[in-house]
Amino acid sequence: MPKLIVDGKEIEVPAEFTLLQACEQAGAEIPRFCFHERLSIAGNCRMCLVELKGSPKPVASCAWAVRDCRPGPNGEPPVVNTKTPMVKKAREGVMEFLLINHPLDCPICDQGGECDLQDQAMAYGVDKSRYEENKRAVEDKYIGPLVKTIMTRCIHCTRCIRFATEVAGVSELGAIGRGEDMEITTYLEKAMSSELQGNVIDLCPVGALTSKPYAFQARPWELTKTESIDAMDAAGSNIRVDVRGREVQRVMPRLHEDVNEEWISDKSRFIWDGLRTQRLDKPYVRIKGKLIRASWSDAFAAIADKMRSANAKKVGAIIGDLATAEESFALKKLMDQIGSPNIDCRQDGSVLHPKYGRASYLFNATIAGIEEADGMMIIGANPRKEAPVINARIRKRWRAGGFKIGVIGEQADLTYDYAYLGAGPDTLADFTKHKKAQLKKQIWLIGQGALARPDGEAVLSMFAKSVHSVGGIADGWNGFSVLHTAASRVGALDVGAVPGEGGLTAPQMAKSKSLEVLFLLGADEIEVENDAFVVYIGTHGDRGAHRADVILPAAAYTEKSGIFVNTEGRPQLAKRAAFAPGDAREDWAILRALSDVIGHKLPLDSLSQLRQQMFAAHPHLAKLDQIVPADASVLAKLSKLGGEAKKTGFKSPVTDFYLTNPIARASAIMAECSRLAAGKLPQAAE
Amino acid sequence: MLADKDRIFKNLYGVHDWGLKGAMDRGAWDDTKALITKGRDWIVNEMKASGLRGRGGAGFPTGLKWSFMPKESTDGRPSYLVVNADESEPGTCKDREIMRHDPHLLIEGCLIAGFAMNAHAGYIYIRGEYIHERDRLEAAIEQAYEAGLLGKNNKCGWDFELYVHHGAGAYICGEETALLESLEGKKGMPRLKPPFPANVGLYGCPTTVNNVESIAVAPDILRRGAGWFASFGRPNNAGTKLFCVSGHVNQPCNVEEAMSIPFRELIDKHCGGVRGGWDNLLACIPGGSSVPIVPAAQIIDCPMDFDALKELKSGLGTAAVIVMDKSTDVVRAIARISYFYKHESCGQCTPCREGTGWMWRVLTRMAEGRAQKKEIDLLLDVAGQVEGHTICALGDAAAWPVQGLIRHFRSEIEKRIDDYAANPHGDSVLQAAE
Repeated sequence: MPKLIVDGKEIEVPAEFTLLQACEQAGAEIPRFCFHERLSIAGNCRMCLVELKGSPKPVASCAWAVRDCRPGPNGEPPVVNTKTPMVKKAREGVMEFLLINHPLDCPICDQGGECDLQDQAMAYGVDKSRYEENKRAVEDKYIGPLVKTIMTRCIHCTRCIRFATEVAGVSELGAIGRGEDMEITTYLEKAMSSELQGNVIDLCPVGALTSKPYAFQARPWELTKTESIDAMDAAGSNIRVDVRGREVQRVMPRLHEDVNEEWISDKSRFIWDGLRTQRLDKPYVRIKGKLIRASWSDAFAAIADKMRSANAKKVGAIIGDLATAEESFALKKLMDQIGSPNIDCRQDGSVLHPKYGRASYLFNATIAGIEEADGMMIIGANPRKEAPVINARIRKRWRAGGFKIGVIGEQADLTYDYAYLGAGPDTLADFTKHKKAQLKKQIWLIGQGALARPDGEAVLSMFAKSVHSVGGIADGWNGFSVLHTAASRVGALDVGAVPGEGGLTAPQMAKSKSLEVLFLLGADEIEVENDAFVVYIGTHGDRGAHRADVILPAAAYTEKSGIFVNTEGRPQLAKRAAFAPGDAREDWAILRALSDVIGHKLPLDSLSQLRQQMFAAHPHLAKLDQIVPADASVLAKLSKLGGEAKKTGFKSPVTDFYLTNPIARASAIMAECSRLAAGKLPQAAE
Repeated sequence: MLADKDRIFKNLYGVHDWGLKGAMDRGAWDDTKALITKGRDWIVNEMKASGLRGRGGAGFPTGLKWSFMPKESTDGRPSYLVVNADESEPGTCKDREIMRHDPHLLIEGCLIAGFAMNAHAGYIYIRGEYIHERDRLEAAIEQAYEAGLLGKNNKCGWDFELYVHHGAGAYICGEETALLESLEGKKGMPRLKPPFPANVGLYGCPTTVNNVESIAVAPDILRRGAGWFASFGRPNNAGTKLFCVSGHVNQPCNVEEAMSIPFRELIDKHCGGVRGGWDNLLACIPGGSSVPIVPAAQIIDCPMDFDALKELKSGLGTAAVIVMDKSTDVVRAIARISYFYKHESCGQCTPCREGTGWMWRVLTRMAEGRAQKKEIDLLLDVAGQVEGHTICALGDAAAWPVQGLIRHFRSEIEKRIDDYAANPHGDSVLQAAE
């Protein structure tokens, strides 16, 4: 590795390092605006200038590679200085230029307090302005309902443009005009169409792009920040929930290299207004066909009344998409104690089942593994809608080149090129006897669109067979990957929340005429069509609550602590950031109280006891943030399952990305986005 | 004075036939195959020995530039020749004359240069406003194809395709990497260097970008020998050069002259002297609008070449000599140049985007006198903050004229400010050139 002297300190760094990286390794701080680790290098802000000995001009350290440095006349290592007067002068100059046309509106700017320009002006700027001309004013642009623009503040770092083109894969943002008339815009003032557009807010180093829903809501220093896990999809994105008082003010991404890098989807980021509206804050009991507010004891009494006469075998429970693993575990335990086999976490009718082995329902290749892969087959999934963050990872790999992608299912715009092979099981069947492919690390990704259908088992079997025959499973590589859409699903499957011997599946429970009592743990994506007595434990007045006979108000994912296991099988702990409104309680506590009332008391008195019991039964869940690799040998058995698959094509379960769960459906922001995506909202330029 | 027999551009004024036949009568395309047969190394060495320095402004040795290109393609990437015909520097009008009156010199040069750098394809990026020149050039290329001088299996023994691409009129697209971006269909914004185009250029392939004049003189240099070309001019400033003399001379003209010709001789011999006599000379911008202005006393006996002008803290640039007599409002002149750079800044990097506008605004006030004397130092400081801190040389080009003005005409600015302060509301300050 080449040597380098940074501020008199000799270091050894790889030749492909940039000077900026090298300087940071040597402990020198380099200011920057346009440079971002995950975006291409623009080198346009000129803030990172350093002195390179032998070069007459200062060089942009973000763009200058160590290998481009020439050694001294006698082979001495190149010398870089970051603290000399030349560098100081250069930084002050650039800072001054950036500020001459930047408005002095920090007091009314939402970026205030977390603004790179503010911070760096303090650290590297001078204390007064010499500019006496009029400042430039730039018209604000409409770029959608999520991102607010105040373009006068823009410093033209082009991070947003690079993010949109490179990571999000939509070239909707660009710069028009030149020189000081350059403006960032979506050209015709159309809304951006990306599901990841909210990330430009974080990327913008100034207050030019800020969050529209959060505008003027709070100052960063007033917010209590809680590190948590997102439950909007099954990717398990790491988030930070910012709360003031009882209310969630915003959701920000947190860095996790193996999961979401530093991106989150718009649904994860802007869902928070849904946490305030349509909330269930009191128990309700249906009397004479109408839901009447009741006390907890009245609600419990109504349930106990019903349970006394009910046949244990005719009691059922369906776990929704936002439940934590602890809740699923507790509900499963409760159903066991009642003596009913009718419990299911697969309200979409998916056929994934723990009896086939844990490997049969995990994204075994792992999200980070996408970057090592050399080929990918996407079957019955639209990752862009089902897990935008994972889709961004696939796009990242595709951009790096040498990555073949095939799709069986719907032909959607996934932001990368792929070979479209066919629509349904017929095409998949071609691969069951396919010869081994050249590719060493293939990922075979199957979505719920292929599994949540009556012939799902046959498809799953065919899929397993294909993965084996084409060589998706090799030594040290398991390309069998299931993409889930529900945050609760893998955790619930892990704790075995599926029908026992003779038990009914979720769709069967919803239809079965003989079912007497049905517990819905936040299950809103299923229509209960029978006359069963429905107890809905959940957060929002959504489909489940409308059908319920008793409503028990519960806590949303930001209001409780719990483990979410993501699609890779990675258990992550979500923490409580706020309290549930009104009389609402945490789900585990509701289940515990309910169990007592109906005479099947759960042996636990606290969340930690519940967690300990779950860890004892399922030790891998205790290994937080670690993936315990699943045994791939069970997949061979899966391929022998056989069965007849229909000819209908695969369809992604996510038809409307913005409205996939009760919180999202209560959110005005998501509703606006949904209307916009469906083309029902008139846009500014029209 | 350059003898007629030593001229390379024999049809500079368009009095003869521009077409293939005329060009051949003047010696172009004369056994080009023989030059090709002598081999790549011979050509590059001959170009090096001739001492030809790039005619686009920076004066980088052309032969050396050619030698940077990979001799063989080791990774399957082709090499490209790109000719920079985006001649937009104010005052410069030499490439235009070559393209419309002697296009075959350029075309033959392209073939030879293409051979020397192992390129089978060449692109001529021509300025958008040059519509007539584009037609001429395209017609001339057509003639060359028809005569079997270009294309596959041509008479010259080197397969070569030549394309003309016209720009849309942005000055910045004359910067070599911005030109490549524009040629690729993107917004014309300079790229970061390194990597240099010889390594990663057009479509990521090794590319050399040369000025029209540099390419057009190559065939003659090779035919007549490096020694002939090197015999003109002072050491390190060899050859003949097209000078574009404009401004306050009696007969503005384009003329081919030997390098290092003294300024006085150039003006007297070819331009009929300075308007109103030598005593009336105020200053001269010797190399196109981007180089610093030089006052009369310093320029009069200066040899017009790269090194001599550099000693005067100016430059030869494109040899676009802009002569100003004493009727010139020099502050307004530089303010206008400053406006040009503000208008043409691409907006990519901070110092140039923000600094060019700042300098122009201050200068505009100064031209009226509506400024304070301390702002002169401020202006100089701002120019220093732009110079050398940008991605491409446009930042330098914007800063130099301002620095030149303050270096030599500070008293003029101060006087202007004093006059304005003495009578801020009247129209006592007469404006020249109106």
